[in-house]
Amino acid sequence: MDMKVKKKLGLKERYGLMTRGLGWDTTYQPMDKVFPYDKFEGIKIHDWEKWEDPFRLTMDAYWKYQAEKERKLYAIIDAFAQNNGHLGVTDARYINTLKLFLTGISPLEYMAHRGFAHVGRQMRGVGPRVACQMQAIDEIRHAQTQIHSMSNYNKYYNGLHAPRHMLDRVWYLSVPKSFFDDAITAGPFEWMIAIGFSFEYVLTNLLFVPFVSGAAYNGDMGAMTFGFSAQSDEARHMTLGLECIKFLLEQDPDNLPIVQRWIDKWTWRGTRVLTLVGMMMDYMLPKRVMSWKEAWEIYFEQNGTALFNDLARYGIKVPECVNQTFEDKEHISHQAWATFYQYGAAADFHTWMPKPDEMDWLSEKYPNTFDKYYRPRFEYWAEQHKAGNRFYNNTLPMLCQVCQIPMLFTEPGDPTQICYRETDYKEEKYHFCSDHCKHIFEHEPEKYVQAWLPVHQIYQGNCFPEGTDPTAPGFEPLPAVLEYYHINHGRDNLEYEGSEDQRNFEAWRQQATKN
Amino acid sequence: MQIDLRTVSIQPLRQTFDPVAEHIGGDKPASRYLEGTIGIQAEDNFHYRPLWAPEYEIFDASRTAIQMSDWYKLKDPRQFYYGTYTLSRARMQDTAEADFDFVEERGLADSYPEAAKKLALDVLLPLRHVEWAGNMNSTFICAYGYGAAITQPCIYQAMDHLGMAQYLTRLGLLMDDAPALDAAKEAWLKDAKWQELRRYVEDTFVLEDWFEVFVAHNLALDGLLYPLVYQQIDKVLNAQGGPVVSMLTRFQSEWYTENVKWVDASIKIAAAESAENKAKLSAWTKAWRDRAIVAMKPIAEFALGADGAAQMETLIQQFNDRAAKLGLAL
Repeated sequence: MDMKVKKKLGLKERYGLMTRGLGWDTTYQPMDKVFPYDKFEGIKIHDWEKWEDPFRLTMDAYWKYQAEKERKLYAIIDAFAQNNGHLGVTDARYINTLKLFLTGISPLEYMAHRGFAHVGRQMRGVGPRVACQMQAIDEIRHAQTQIHSMSNYNKYYNGLHAPRHMLDRVWYLSVPKSFFDDAITAGPFEWMIAIGFSFEYVLTNLLFVPFVSGAAYNGDMGAMTFGFSAQSDEARHMTLGLECIKFLLEQDPDNLPIVQRWIDKWTWRGTRVLTLVGMMMDYMLPKRVMSWKEAWEIYFEQNGTALFNDLARYGIKVPECVNQTFEDKEHISHQAWATFYQYGAAADFHTWMPKPDEMDWLSEKYPNTFDKYYRPRFEYWAEQHKAGNRFYNNTLPMLCQVCQIPMLFTEPGDPTQICYRETDYKEEKYHFCSDHCKHIFEHEPEKYVQAWLPVHQIYQGNCFPEGTDPTAPGFEPLPAVLEYYHINHGRDNLEYEGSEDQRNFEAWRQQATKN
Repeated sequence: MQIDLRTVSIQPLRQTFDPVAEHIGGDKPASRYLEGTIGIQAEDNFHYRPLWAPEYEIFDASRTAIQMSDWYKLKDPRQFYYGTYTLSRARMQDTAEADFDFVEERGLADSYPEAAKKLALDVLLPLRHVEWAGNMNSTFICAYGYGAAITQPCIYQAMDHLGMAQYLTRLGLLMDDAPALDAAKEAWLKDAKWQELRRYVEDTFVLEDWFEVFVAHNLALDGLLYPLVYQQIDKVLNAQGGPVVSMLTRFQSEWYTENVKWVDASIKIAAAESAENKAKLSAWTKAWRDRAIVAMKPIAEFALGADGAAQMETLIQQFNDRAAKLGLAL
């Protein structure tokens, strides 16, 4: 009989055999051909073995835990649908936040899935590759659980019927789309800093928490549940992002300036995208969780400072753009909502002016800015609406070449002037919303000149349904653009007051609660 | 008997999302598989070209020679979305866990005959690396393929291969010890009988056409290797030492039976699309089948001895019949 005693393996050793032990250095094909993309960014990796696995999860455990979570989640989604749970939300305005989420965020979860598959194939080290693949499969989970949670809303409410189609076309959705397109077209290490670190680690609390808490505060158990169910996945993703940045910085001092530039860029890119979340928190949730400003202070200023303190030992500095956010946090949600209110004809959700008590809430939360800069305009619009002159802006706004947000932000130090910046590149003029977007452009002009700017594209005639003849007599561009967007005019868009969503919700709630 | 429970019923405005309605030919209730799959990949108006492949858009149908009028024709007959996929694998892992526990508790690995154990470990442990190659190739297709219908099952396939590599690792640790894994890796890198197989998978790592990777790995390689190992060699091991190894590799053999359905459906639909697709798929299948045969022969001979050549012939015949049923002309 074989009497040899087996050595007891530690968790780390055992996980090593389950992951990095599987890889080998190829010899029939050169490693540089098998992994062609992990050198061109200038990042120097000397020893992939130094990668510390951010979590140790073998596939059997993964299947088991995740299946358990799926079972619970879908039981709740089913119950919510069967019980007409949608009629339990605070009021039908809330559903517009779901439209913003399903069109603006869920398709990005899908992009994250593909992006992590790409990096999960291309990183030379087996450890990070396995961790990225796990995130790749988690991200398709998030895309699908969001689609499935909101599928029932799509059956009863407008504006949710073509999320990905809209993401590829609608003017304001080019903001989140270009963000992820920017990350996935960068090299694999920049992707990890952009999405794995900046987005998942630094900014996720400002994206996910407001939406999921917003759902909880507004009686939406369906959307709340997928959020809570995703929490443990998100925790894994955060540890991956953090491990990645530490790994890059520990591998070679030459990596520091590259990584610092990426952090600067993606902090600003992320901040700009979050404008949409700020607007959602301050204006779209009938029952507010907290103000955008408060969220920014807790999740970015406090938590972010702790993080940057932690990274200071590697030489990482707080990005310069953060100084501008101290001022911006008091303005951007109001500026964004004012813009969507005016362009409400071309969005897939409804807009409205806050009620008087909601304006008072805004005054209280924004004592330095709301009454002084925004209340008068909003009250004027509300009066005009009452008088039958609901204001819609019929021209198209100029967009920033980098973040693609319309020029709606104001000059640092002067909230009465719109901020414009411009630069010339190869005899063309390019426009920006801020110094920071301009700097990002100037570092990679060849990339950003490619941007598909929705307003430019409309003016060039590229946003009409196939076969449209814009030279035909009596041609109306707006209906043609909406048709190209799959926005049903009069149902998906325009003012909330009097909308089909509002009327149906009231009638159905009566039907469900009265005899 | 039926109990007639009543709920408040509200007439919905629509049944499903636009691309799903278009796909199923009208606004009808659609499954979670369809809603979570059809049309969810970005297709239009990409903002920038990849720095790492500027000749392509982010997602680009021209990354393969195979052409489809609608990439969402390539649906998964298993209808796997993340939820159904994980539930299915959780059930399989429950069984696997029970099998590993059973073998461990009864000390069945220790009482397994030495010669059979050596054969099992010599054959199975280097296959950890083939599973890892399957993981890499499936991740590749997921990343660069076109349309969520075909790319989605590839991330599941990738994780399945990782899981199977881990089950093989556990088998090695249960039947032997960590040094056995090192020895198997050494064999994978140097032993003559593994070199054609290693060359095969390394060559698939540098293919550019993702559909060719699909054919080379999922159809040609898996289509010959799994039956050889988990059917034919498994039978020999059963005869020599009882069903212990069959129990410890049940996941792989059940997985293969299920997986064939998806691989076959994908190939069949793509081949039926056009004469050009059929010709391309046939040529790839033929070329990679021939290489897979060369790569597997030494392993068949090593494990099956004098019987190896004849058994390979049977496998090849089965493979050819399968390919013919899929509409390929080899």
